[in-house]
Amino acid sequence: MSLPLDELKKLIKESIPDASIEIKDLMGDSNHYAAIIKSSKFNNLSKIEQHKLVYKSLKGKMGNELHALSITTEGK
Amino acid sequence: MDTKDKIKDLIKENDVCLFMKGTPDSPQCGFSMAVSNVLKHLNVKFKGVNILEDNELRQGIKDFSDWPTIPQLYVKNEFVGGCDIVKEMFEKGELKELFVSKKII
Repeated sequence: MSLPLDELKKLIKESIPDASIEIKDLMGDSNHYAAIIKSSKFNNLSKIEQHKLVYKSLKGKMGNELHALSITTEGK
Repeated sequence: MDTKDKIKDLIKENDVCLFMKGTPDSPQCGFSMAVSNVLKHLNVKFKGVNILEDNELRQGIKDFSDWPTIPQLYVKNEFVGGCDIVKEMFEKGELKELFVSKKII
C-alpha cells in the first residue's frame, strides 16, 4: 500500500482545480501524508463536506492504496 | 439484524459513540487513540465500538456515513467527523462547546 506524493496531488488537483495544496510525507513511506488544501470550493461547506470532497477526489484510494492522510481544509 | 440497523441502534443508544480500531483502553491505531484521548480529556463518557472485531461493521460504518476512514465520532445520532475534524474542533474549543450544548458535559 502506497501512493506517490505527485499522484496524490494530481488526483486532488483534478477534482479541485483551484486548490492550493501543501503535502508532507510524514514518514517518508508514501503512505502517511498530511495535506493542507485551500480552495474556493470549500466556501460555505461544513468541515465534513469539505473533507468528503477531498476523499472523493482520491477515487476510493483512501483506506486502500493510501493508509493515512491527515487533512486540513480551508476556503479561499 | 443488518449492519445498517445495528449502527443506527448503536448511535441511538449511546449519546457519544466512537467507532474505532481497538478499544478506548487499548487503541490499535494512532488516530483512534487521539480521538479517544480527546474525549477522555474532556471527561466525556463514550461508547467505543471496536470495528476490528466485526468486518461487516468495519465496512458498514464507512458506507453509513459515506466516510472512508476510521475513527468516526457520533454525538446524539449525528456524525461529527474523523480524527482531523475532532482534533481541530478540540483545539478551537468547539468540541467542548458541542458537548456542553448537547448537555453531555
